[in-house]
Amino acid sequence: MNWTLALPEIALACAGLVILLVGVIPGRNTFFGCTMAVIGALLLAAVLVLGQPEGTALGGLYVADAFSGFMKILALLGAALGLVLALDFNRRESLDRFEFPVLALFATTGMMVMVSANDLMAVYMGLELLSLPLYVIAAFDRDNGRSAEAGLKYFVLGALASGLLLYGVSLVYGFAGTTNFDRLADVFSGNGGVPAGVVVGLVFVVAGLIFKVSAVPFHMWTPDVYEGAPTPVTAFFAAAPKVAAVALLARVLLGPFGDLAAQWQQVIILASLGSMLLGAFAAVGQRNIKRLMAYSSIGHVGYALMGLAVVSDEGLRGLAIYMLIYMLMNIGTFAILVGMRRRGRAVERIEDLAGLGGTDLGRALWMTVFMFSMAGIPPLAGFFGKLYVFLAAVQGGFWTLAVVGVLTSVVSAYYYLRIVKVMFFDEAPAEGGLDATTPGLAAVTATTGIFNLVFCLYPAPLLLAAGLAAAALLG
Amino acid sequence: MYVGAIFFPLLGATISGFLGRWIGDRAAQWSTVVCMALAAACGILAFIETVMGNGATTVRIATWMNVGGLEVAWALRYDTIAAVMVMMVTFVSTLIHLYSVGYMSHDATIPRFFAYLSLFTFMMLMLVTADNLAQLFFGWEGVGLASYLLIGYWYEKESANAAAMKAFIVNRVGDLFFMLGIALTFHVFGSIEFDVIFAAVPQHLDTAFLGVPALELVAVLLFLGACGKSAQIGLHTWLPDAMEGPTPVSALIHAATMVTAGVFLVCRMSPIFEYAPTALAIVTFVGATTAFFAATIGCVQNDIKRVIAYSTCSQLGYMFFAAGVGAYQVAMFHLFTHAFFKALLFLGAGSVIHAMSDEQDIRRMGGIWRKIPVTYGVMWVGSLALAGIPFFAGYYSKDAILEAAFAAHSAVGMYAFVCGMAAAVLTAFYSWRLLILTFHGAPRADHHTMEHVHESPAVMLLPLLVLAAGAIGAGWLFYPSFIGAGEHAFWAGSIHNAEHNHVLHDMHEVPAWVPIAPAVAGAVGILTAYVMYMFAPAVPAMLATRLRGLYLFLLNKWYFDELYDRILVRPTLATARVFWKTGDARIIDGMPNGAAALVAEASRGAVRLQTGRVANYAFTMIIGLVIFVSLFLTGLAR
Repeated sequence: MNWTLALPEIALACAGLVILLVGVIPGRNTFFGCTMAVIGALLLAAVLVLGQPEGTALGGLYVADAFSGFMKILALLGAALGLVLALDFNRRESLDRFEFPVLALFATTGMMVMVSANDLMAVYMGLELLSLPLYVIAAFDRDNGRSAEAGLKYFVLGALASGLLLYGVSLVYGFAGTTNFDRLADVFSGNGGVPAGVVVGLVFVVAGLIFKVSAVPFHMWTPDVYEGAPTPVTAFFAAAPKVAAVALLARVLLGPFGDLAAQWQQVIILASLGSMLLGAFAAVGQRNIKRLMAYSSIGHVGYALMGLAVVSDEGLRGLAIYMLIYMLMNIGTFAILVGMRRRGRAVERIEDLAGLGGTDLGRALWMTVFMFSMAGIPPLAGFFGKLYVFLAAVQGGFWTLAVVGVLTSVVSAYYYLRIVKVMFFDEAPAEGGLDATTPGLAAVTATTGIFNLVFCLYPAPLLLAAGLAAAALLG
Repeated sequence: MYVGAIFFPLLGATISGFLGRWIGDRAAQWSTVVCMALAAACGILAFIETVMGNGATTVRIATWMNVGGLEVAWALRYDTIAAVMVMMVTFVSTLIHLYSVGYMSHDATIPRFFAYLSLFTFMMLMLVTADNLAQLFFGWEGVGLASYLLIGYWYEKESANAAAMKAFIVNRVGDLFFMLGIALTFHVFGSIEFDVIFAAVPQHLDTAFLGVPALELVAVLLFLGACGKSAQIGLHTWLPDAMEGPTPVSALIHAATMVTAGVFLVCRMSPIFEYAPTALAIVTFVGATTAFFAATIGCVQNDIKRVIAYSTCSQLGYMFFAAGVGAYQVAMFHLFTHAFFKALLFLGAGSVIHAMSDEQDIRRMGGIWRKIPVTYGVMWVGSLALAGIPFFAGYYSKDAILEAAFAAHSAVGMYAFVCGMAAAVLTAFYSWRLLILTFHGAPRADHHTMEHVHESPAVMLLPLLVLAAGAIGAGWLFYPSFIGAGEHAFWAGSIHNAEHNHVLHDMHEVPAWVPIAPAVAGAVGILTAYVMYMFAPAVPAMLATRLRGLYLFLLNKWYFDELYDRILVRPTLATARVFWKTGDARIIDGMPNGAAALVAEASRGAVRLQTGRVANYAFTMIIGLVIFVSLFLTGLAR
């Protein structure tokens, strides 16, 4: 019973309980203190992850390897940055309740469990631990109708997805006789045919997971929830959980079901194609920038899934590096969106950015960097993210994916560039420019922006880490 | 010293071009003049060093490209032919720079002008010192570019823009052949370095390319390239139009740089041309025809600069047919002397134009010789040299050319001799027509202009006087070494004469009347001009009406421009219009516009799916699930 292997998760969960307890006791508002404590706990967990040895624990439920390490660091980083974005916003919108960071912390614990899951039961545990806090924080602005609606929609559809997942798990268990990944892999690597029940079960499991990464056709919740939830919550949604869910999807498909690749490949290709197309086309007509980002994230997940669909070392490495870059450019963009206020009131239409180039050149330039990076224009990081997955697709002979990917990139460039155009060439509205940003947001913007700018100069260490992660999963 | 001669002009151009705005007009222009003067000093020293000292040297600067079997270096090849060119170009260019200080003093963008002028010179120097065809081509194109910039210097004038474009485009036609020539050279010899090529010529005498002797083809292609730069018949149309540039530019283009590049190329490639007899015959024929043809046009033109421009065209024809009969040394000699008196004529014409308040039409001049005596004097000197009157510079070289053509003892040689003689008469005629109409007779300019006629400032007269000295002295001073007894030692192998080529020797043994004939022809031309324009001014008008067809034919420059316009320009424009209207506007623009419309449509459709109702969302999920399951099961069945 080497439970110490799961130390990061255990430490994080305990920290959550302690912060919950401590946060209640004082009579005054402990939002700021709790947030800081949670960020500290996340960083502590990240350090622990870095020092984690490899192996399995807890009776084969839990696994730690290079892949889980890479993805956990990403998820922890994304969660921490997301909380920084919430600091100021929540205070101004009177959402500064200390439960917020604690819920985010528990969700992050769920992510880590997901990433390290080595058993279908652990998968379900992690997924639910992630989902339940997310339902709550989506509806965190509970006096606001749209936020409540977002939380409820997410909950209902999420419950459906969880049900599908559980049903699939039970089918797999019924036909294969085990839920442990290693033993499932042994079962499927045999020469005998795979029972149809397992296959159906696998589809249901995949459906449940694809819901979390919001790929087509399980994406429907995304635009409504992104738009309705408070902006920092949207930022949180778009970053860390997505990384964890993509990681989990990769682990489940390539681990136990790796020998069934020929079958599930079709599904992932379809989901990838659909996501890229929908992400590109549906975003064109959007006026709300958060809704636009929702479609943009669907499109990005489509690109990332391309790396999974090709089932190769390069593909998986491309996926890992794509998630890293996607997360950082997304956080950076949201750092600007969170700071969009006019006369103290949060605004979220694209036209609200008009004239930003004249009133706040620095912020407009950073936004331009992020938009160019999202559109995949060299030499920014977003270009390399796309490059690696496209390269893997071409090397694997998946021309359709690569060509559709390039074409949808072109279409998506339209709406990213439109934002740049609005910022620099449209007249600022009569009521004046946006309010000044806060130091915290500016710091996040600058950090992620600089990452996007300089990634091209020295990508080697990150590529190496991603390559190791991919190798760990594919063995 | 070797490097300085080439790179001082570039330094000047850089200073003036990039820093001109900060250091002011005066500093900019004088910096280029000083740089040019330094370059000229270096050029003269280099010439002395090369010819009398160490002999030929090559200064390697850097490797330019090294691709596969192709290795090209930046190098300065100083042998006699290059040293002569460097000295001549830097010297004349310096004088033109100096002259421009006065001529352009009222211009608004002086640093730009001087930067272009120095750049032009630099490119020409790159061209002449190249030790491989690629570097030569670099200079070649650079000269084309600089000429475009300079001809279109007054870019607010529409005619200047048109002339600049014409010069560039016509030159590109020649350049195309030149590039083909380079490519074929590389194909045949496997290298484009002169040393390698020249050494390998004997091995390739029988090499054929597409059934044609490769050397012939290379030579013809290179010559066609040279035709573009040197304005030979067919590709000459840009040269008269190039007069739209400021006068010092015309002088630079016509005297020292650009147009002489073609002649230089043929002489430089003499080891190849020597073994390409058909190509040489073509060169002779084209050169001779140009000499005659341009001279006829020169007789009826009314723009002072155009007359001189056609005379350049004609003189280039002389140089080409000299090279064509194998007397490359003579061609180089004429090139050299021509540089002096042609620069002199142009700068003199500039001085006249300056005096006449920018009037260029000789029909509206006259009666000004007393007011601008120095200009008048130097124009006389220039004209005497051009007409080949004994003991002026042009006499020695032109005489030698005609002798060589006569001594070639071939049909084309004879044709060239006859054309050359006729052109000599015409040359003298139009030169004196120009002199008389410009300076003599009753003033035909309006009162206002006549009051302002004044001699140019010293900074313009000094170059004129220096050039006049050259026009007088350059002939007899350099005759012995260029084509006389010291010829062999002087060129030191930089020009190759095959063992079957005795023209340089034979030309000294022609019948006694041949050397005298050009001078007589010149005298006849001058006399005719005097009769027609001085003593019986009614005659030209009468001739023009009597021989109206011929007159119009000549006045319209043999209708070359109209011909090209009809058979080349208009069909091209018509085709371009078709491609623009249908190909570009409808098809190429139509595709993205249609695609954009499709995207917008698709976007509307995709957004409509997003109803906002949870039941619909759940339904979509279930449908997706069904699709996936069926995919899986069919995948399993496969």
